[in-house]
Amino acid sequence: MIIDGALLRRLLPIGLAILLFAVLAWPDRSLAAGEAKTFTFLYVSVADDAHYAQTKSYTGLVLRDRKPPIDGAQAAIRESRIIGRSVGVKFSLEHVELESAENAADRLAGLIAKTAAKAVLLDLPPAPFRAVVGRFSDDDDVVFFNIRHRDDTLRQSTCAQSLFHALPSNRMLTDALAQYLKSRGWTRILVLAREAQEDRNLADRFVASAKKFGLTIADRRAFVLGNDPRERDKNNIALLTGGARYDAVFLADGEGEFGRYVPYATFRPRPVVGTDGLVASAWHWTWERYGAPQLNQRFDRRASRRMAEEDWAAWVAVRSVVEAVARSASTDIAAIKQTLTADDFAVDLYKGVPGSFRPWDHQLRQPVLLHTYNAVIARAPIEGFLHKDNILDSLGIDQGESTCRLDEQAP
Amino acid sequence: MNIAGMPCAATNFARPAAKMIGAGFLACLAWASAASAAGTGNIIISNEKSSTLTVLDAGNTVIRTIETCARPRGMHFSADRTQFYVGCADDDQIAIYDMESLELVGRILDVEEPETFDLHPDGKRLVISNEEDATATVFDVVEREFLDEFETGEEPEGVQITPDGKLAFVASEAANLVHVIDLEKGEVIKDILVDTRPRRFALTPDGGELWVSAELAGIVNIIDLKTLKLVADIAFLPTGFRKEQVTPVDVLITTDGQRAYVALGRANHVAVVDVPKRKVIDYLLVGKRSWGLALTKDEGKLYVANGLSDDITIIDTASLKPIKSVPVGMVPYGILIDDH
Repeated sequence: MIIDGALLRRLLPIGLAILLFAVLAWPDRSLAAGEAKTFTFLYVSVADDAHYAQTKSYTGLVLRDRKPPIDGAQAAIRESRIIGRSVGVKFSLEHVELESAENAADRLAGLIAKTAAKAVLLDLPPAPFRAVVGRFSDDDDVVFFNIRHRDDTLRQSTCAQSLFHALPSNRMLTDALAQYLKSRGWTRILVLAREAQEDRNLADRFVASAKKFGLTIADRRAFVLGNDPRERDKNNIALLTGGARYDAVFLADGEGEFGRYVPYATFRPRPVVGTDGLVASAWHWTWERYGAPQLNQRFDRRASRRMAEEDWAAWVAVRSVVEAVARSASTDIAAIKQTLTADDFAVDLYKGVPGSFRPWDHQLRQPVLLHTYNAVIARAPIEGFLHKDNILDSLGIDQGESTCRLDEQAP
Repeated sequence: MNIAGMPCAATNFARPAAKMIGAGFLACLAWASAASAAGTGNIIISNEKSSTLTVLDAGNTVIRTIETCARPRGMHFSADRTQFYVGCADDDQIAIYDMESLELVGRILDVEEPETFDLHPDGKRLVISNEEDATATVFDVVEREFLDEFETGEEPEGVQITPDGKLAFVASEAANLVHVIDLEKGEVIKDILVDTRPRRFALTPDGGELWVSAELAGIVNIIDLKTLKLVADIAFLPTGFRKEQVTPVDVLITTDGQRAYVALGRANHVAVVDVPKRKVIDYLLVGKRSWGLALTKDEGKLYVANGLSDDITIIDTASLKPIKSVPVGMVPYGILIDDH
């Protein structure tokens, strides 16, 4: 068949339109065939971050040895290869370590431009974290993930359109504990808090959780680490936990040096929860339900260590974006954000309930694990606690009380 | 191993990978196991956490508990049904048992964390999901050779081979994909994006549809096999349960293609589905976290493994009533019924 030039010129646009339509309407949710697109994640940390310094205790004991959770992000990237194959996207991860926290936002702007990264995992201390979030708060081209901070104010007064939170907030964690205490009938709680701002804040969150779930605060007491007999009512655990009637002790001690001596040393024989004893976390290496052993083993095999909750947060941040790319069949950030906050978004958390992001504050909805040092005792939301929309919203500051209204600002 | 009175063939067997050198395979072929046409009538249950097999007789009484390899999960009959295969995840092997004597007659070693598998109609090729390696591997169970390997998404789980032997489907739990493997070409020809955490398959007898349970989505996805595209979903919600408690795993479709049974996991029920209408007709209360399913040959009884109550429930399919529950080992996973 011979087609003359004029006819071809007339038919060509129609043909192209049909081709374009076929590509757009492709029901397999895969991106246009041809060369795979790349989608780059950036993992940002800062050199000599005190957060990761080994905290040696008296006599050289290493009580805390945090590892940067980039291993979690790498695990998720490895898992994404075949999903990428199915949608024609190659996911990659670049790690940049800032020399210092100064001008973190400016430096990061250059790095984002240089790497063409579309999603950024922030492993930064509070000050540079806030600086970066402030600088990019309404950025439309990049999505940022909080994989480290539990501070509720990041989800409230300083929430941002471009920021998503993979780790649960403190209030989600204290709500989880309060649900558990209530379900056990341990309703009178003695609150012990270190006199540091972060621990006072944590105790405040717990007090709010207690109110929400109908617990009674038997008393709230501050403790100090030391042996000064003049301060014995604040540093002696028996005195500190005497003279009150309570069913359980809530402990707020981010440092941990005092707190580790509280269980089994209280005046009354009562369980300890909070920063010691029964602890609320996003993840635990002994979690054995809902496919968790597979994820824990997969992580351990590569990273040669146990998966910590920050590792899990980095993992779920990457997995969420990958899921959004696969479901939206797009690498466009606006489409990804819309997918992440859609009602029907579902990322497998390995905690039995699919995860999604709250549209009003971009917090990942998720169950919280309540665990001892070597066993998960319960998973919150605890059976029996209900919510009008989503049972996971029984954990944390709910839509009605939130001062963050990202869903109303959204374009 | 050697079983007195049985001719044993010792065969060296190794996967062609450096780390596998020296891995041996010892096989004793069962001595002309003369199972009758009706089989032994026994029911075999793999108990994932206690690493045992529970054997019930046709009257549903526990007659034996067999210590087996570590973390036994998927099971399958051999082509002539005189043997059965048990995949042991923590021992990286597939154990082969004689159906009649219930003796271990062989092992396929170096199968990385096997979860489930399906036997090709040729009776030789076993297609296995290797959970930790994110691969599907093919082993020849007669020649006892490693044949092929395919990359899958993380945590491959259900395996289904079409009756014509041309395609194998492998579900990747973590990638939300169903991989379509063309066994003649030896390549993955398609990755079908399905709903969250796909687990198991069932084919309609006419070969038209592939049903896939999506555990976290609480639904079954239906894939049209001509186009390899999703065409419908079936959602489940027994009375009194929340959506997130509905976590379907095993799916069975009856040979007349009329009815399907879907184990609903944490919802502690089995759904009964009208297949042509794609409608749920009943929910049957069973034990905690029902997941493994098996039907008797006449399809009159449905056996349900309850992973979190360490028992099985036996359902009369005519009346759709549970008739008995039997305590077995810890975390019962798979069920085989030797009544053919």
